[in-house]
Amino acid sequence: MPEIKNYTLNFGPQHPAAHGVLRLVLEMDGEVIERADPHVGLLHRGTEKLAETKPYSQSIAYMDRLDYVSMMCNEHGYVMAIEKLLGIEVPERAQYIRVMFDEITRIRNHLLWIGTHALDVGAMTMFLYAFREREDLMDIYEAVSGARVHAAYYRTGGVARDLPDTMPQYLENRWRSKKEADRLNKNRQGSLLDFAEDFTNRFPGYIDEYETLLTDNRIWKQRTVGIGVVSEERAYQLGFTGPMLRGSGVEWDLRKKQPYEVYDRMDFDIPVGTNGDCYDRYPVRIEEMRQSNRIIKQCIDWLRKNPGLVITDNHKVAAPRREEIKADMEGLIHHFKLFSEGYSLPEGEAYAAVEHPKGEFGIYLISDGANKPYRVKIRAPGFAHLSAMNEMAKGHMLADVVAIIGTQDIVFGEIDR
Amino acid sequence: MSNSLQQLADTLRNTFADKLVSVEEGFGELTAEVNVDQLIEVASTLRDNEDLAFQQLVDLCGVDYSQFGQTEWQTNDASRSGFSRGVDSGTTMGRLQFGDELDSVVSEGRRFAAVYHLISYRHNRRLRLRVFATDDDFPVIPTVTEVWRVADWYEREAFDLFGILFSGHPDLRRILTDYGFVGHPFRKDFPLVGHVEMRYDPEKERVVYEPVSIEPRVLVPRVKREDHRYLSADQADEVQDDA
Repeated sequence: MPEIKNYTLNFGPQHPAAHGVLRLVLEMDGEVIERADPHVGLLHRGTEKLAETKPYSQSIAYMDRLDYVSMMCNEHGYVMAIEKLLGIEVPERAQYIRVMFDEITRIRNHLLWIGTHALDVGAMTMFLYAFREREDLMDIYEAVSGARVHAAYYRTGGVARDLPDTMPQYLENRWRSKKEADRLNKNRQGSLLDFAEDFTNRFPGYIDEYETLLTDNRIWKQRTVGIGVVSEERAYQLGFTGPMLRGSGVEWDLRKKQPYEVYDRMDFDIPVGTNGDCYDRYPVRIEEMRQSNRIIKQCIDWLRKNPGLVITDNHKVAAPRREEIKADMEGLIHHFKLFSEGYSLPEGEAYAAVEHPKGEFGIYLISDGANKPYRVKIRAPGFAHLSAMNEMAKGHMLADVVAIIGTQDIVFGEIDR
Repeated sequence: MSNSLQQLADTLRNTFADKLVSVEEGFGELTAEVNVDQLIEVASTLRDNEDLAFQQLVDLCGVDYSQFGQTEWQTNDASRSGFSRGVDSGTTMGRLQFGDELDSVVSEGRRFAAVYHLISYRHNRRLRLRVFATDDDFPVIPTVTEVWRVADWYEREAFDLFGILFSGHPDLRRILTDYGFVGHPFRKDFPLVGHVEMRYDPEKERVVYEPVSIEPRVLVPRVKREDHRYLSADQADEVQDDA
């Protein structure tokens, strides 16, 4: 048998560990990676070009479909860029609602991350645990927007509607007994805020469950400690943001350093790693979930006490209420203009960034004064992270590539755009 | 202009003097324009100078300015020209059809630009850098991969979508579009519906490419309003005088 040493391995695009449609061309020396060349773009939909041909408000729903596991954070970045150019104020209650949903989204994203990452590395139970909790968060999404995933809830100047006073109930049917339905409905008797509070009370216990399974798990450590090490200096060079940057020991969080909405009133901490390997990024994200939980609690407290507007009453950008449209001439005109032509932004350019669960998610908006953007550039954190794949994977074994994909928290909706 | 922005603008002017074409503030952000010849020098200084320390390139994107300010709906002379205010089809990018051509409305050398968003973690501030490629037909901009490693994929993306060539780039391949794709889809003269469509041909037993059969459709025209809320004081006076 001839001795084969170097060969090229094709990984994906259809592979369960590729987290979507990643095609990786790996040059291997035996089982050791010499060069990793990710081929992306299989999910390219031209979101930025599509946004150029639509009025501003119609692209909000496209933003959900970028990083499709942290929908509302994408919307947040986009509406913030528009608000920056318009120079409008968002009502305080809407700001709190946005912060609350950003953090709910962060937990949702991290739950998916930990489930799939652990599954890739060989821990099946994590996936089941994580999806159990995601279900509750999806119910919160559904109660407020009608959709479990692609919410399209944020609007220029606020959010689409106020938090509902009731939660949808499970019904008894052929597959679900009365007893089972009652059990599921038990914490859904009050408002959405009651349900969310119940979740925040339960959630720290769930995180402890995850940690029991993973933190000192020998196999988990063998697969992640010392894998994909990135130093602080390299993390800057490779464009790392978010948990990837914090894993390398940089104390940086846009929510603290360049606060937007009401994050400056929130009490929370930034977890930081030390070694910058796959294992360090795990406690960073776990701790972020705990901190998000804290922020949600603070928002719930505030939202209970302070009713008010959830969208700006500037009807040049936000539609008037239905009663006003029916009864008031001006309301009718506003409604007609907003839904036929949309609103125009002043000429100029703005870059708005939010601390997305994966890193810095930015929208760079160029307006030429029209009712449609001239150019929208979506700065997706995953794009920069994936481009570091070659450097992170070099010299590691084939199986470690899977751990690195997992730790980078790759989602192709945002990378390919 | 806020204090810290003013400070940064002054630092930039002192450090670079005439190497920067302009330093402008808008919407709370600072934008500096650089000549394409001096880009690498300016970029290296921006990263290494202690007072600036822009350690990270957050984003790099291409922009095609060729249709900047073009609209599809006349808003000024409504009463005189009646209700047919739509601009002729084919002349604007939304209605661009297969085979149509668009004329650039900007002067030579102002069509393609690369925009860099920088962040300094040390000083907690951001800066936007803009570079125009001097030749519209063959836009070339030197690569900054030596200064910020992350520029690698961003430049590949700008090349893929806009056809901006980054000289000195180690591996300038297409990144987002399909293997064998022709054209640069984010240019304003590239129709939204694309040039080709693809289907499976059962007779040839393979996938075939054909010219697109769908019509471009724009539901909402591109409109610019002389909105008094966005006009500066001088402009507002002008509008007043006209009326």
